[in-house]
Amino acid sequence: MTEFAGWLMPLRYGSETAEHNAVRSSAALFDLSHMGEIAVTGPGAAEALDYAVCGWPSALAPGRARYTMLCAPDGGVLDDLVIYRQAADRFLVVANAANTAVVLGELPRRCSGAVLQDETEATGLIAIQGPNASGILSRVTDLPLEGMRYYAGASGTVGGCPAWVARTGYTGEDGFEIFCAAGDAERVWAALSEAGSRDGAGLAAAGLAARDTLRLEAGMPLYGNELGPDVTPYEAGLGRVVRLDKPGDFVGRAALAARAAEGPRRTLIGLLARSRRVPRHGYAVLAGSAEVGVVTSGAPSPTLGTPIAMAYVRAGTTGPFGVDIRGKTEPAEVTELPFYDRRKQR
Amino acid sequence: MSVPAELHYSEEHEWVAIDGNTASVGITDYAAQQLGDVVYVSLPSVGATVTAGEPCGEVESTKSVSDLYSPVDGEIVEVNEELDDDPGLVNAEPYGAGWMFRVRVQAGPGGETALPPGLLTAAEYEELTKSAG
Repeated sequence: MTEFAGWLMPLRYGSETAEHNAVRSSAALFDLSHMGEIAVTGPGAAEALDYAVCGWPSALAPGRARYTMLCAPDGGVLDDLVIYRQAADRFLVVANAANTAVVLGELPRRCSGAVLQDETEATGLIAIQGPNASGILSRVTDLPLEGMRYYAGASGTVGGCPAWVARTGYTGEDGFEIFCAAGDAERVWAALSEAGSRDGAGLAAAGLAARDTLRLEAGMPLYGNELGPDVTPYEAGLGRVVRLDKPGDFVGRAALAARAAEGPRRTLIGLLARSRRVPRHGYAVLAGSAEVGVVTSGAPSPTLGTPIAMAYVRAGTTGPFGVDIRGKTEPAEVTELPFYDRRKQR
Repeated sequence: MSVPAELHYSEEHEWVAIDGNTASVGITDYAAQQLGDVVYVSLPSVGATVTAGEPCGEVESTKSVSDLYSPVDGEIVEVNEELDDDPGLVNAEPYGAGWMFRVRVQAGPGGETALPPGLLTAAEYEELTKSAG
């Protein structure tokens, strides 16, 4: 167990490598109840969110979701979010646990025409991720899952409990995130566990350590590593989430438009280590003997069998790169992100 | 968590088994559990001289990297090459197939094996891990 943004979280239940592999090959359950959930409702909700975030929530059809960001006026990222449009007048904003307070501080100032409600404490969030997730969940939900698209969601029941079920996740696999009443979370977890055991193989529970290596393989950014107030979405390679084409002003528009025009000052790259020593968060990236960047996330990749890392390097720097691993430079090869793409693997 | 009674322990969570002039060294079950899945062990070379309390290698796990300390003075006579292919042995059998290296230690004036002061008994080591939580 570990302390994480004020929550006591399991780093691992057993072997984090086995948990990781379960998600890639079958399925696993995650307890994500630490994530922040903020409901933005009312007739003015869509327009209010259009001003608050850099995406275009009002363009979402009900039942659809989008990955977006809350930016500061200077274009820096305050949090990355998933916004679900649960109904025409109701949006669920899902924030990182460590940033929920920041989001709760910013949204009321930005969303004057909407009603805001912090539902974090009242909400349980359980994810089932992996190629078998759909088959297992379909045994305990009344929702038809075959027709549910990626980044879509619907209201139904799971294990008899009312839930918002969405085809989203942070692992690079097919899977679902299930939002339910906090008091129902145990029943939902038990129902999924039981449904997953019917094949005999059992359904693993996965902790934060596996969640981190899964998202890293999938090339997904982690706030505090790849994203922060000193990073713009363009530098993180996520310029597509900034909707400069949407009508009206939004917080950060002027700064982001300027950044879009001038090009990023640094770029996020993927590195494959050429040795078995792992490039980790904060290690310097070298080109020759010159320091040109820093590793933001690094881990041994269970799927690839070698260490992988994401790093920011000065724009325009070309390799070959090395990483200063505790005083010794180890070679690393630039590779396209993501490290793992399930559509290419299968 | 297992702490075999017949072994000696260091405060850096290595265990030592003495057989004549040879000390076998690995990391404890407690250390392996704290690290999580071990993915790479960097060991000293055969013939290298190691000093008690000094780092002589590294243990990489998913989430962290830790220095490997030698709990004894002497010369490396053998390293566990199996760990190169299967570092998970450290988690599976920390006191068995997951051993790390063997050191030829100096014999004392009376011919007895001289262990450096400061090594802990199993009971003392168990106490240490309990107070660490």
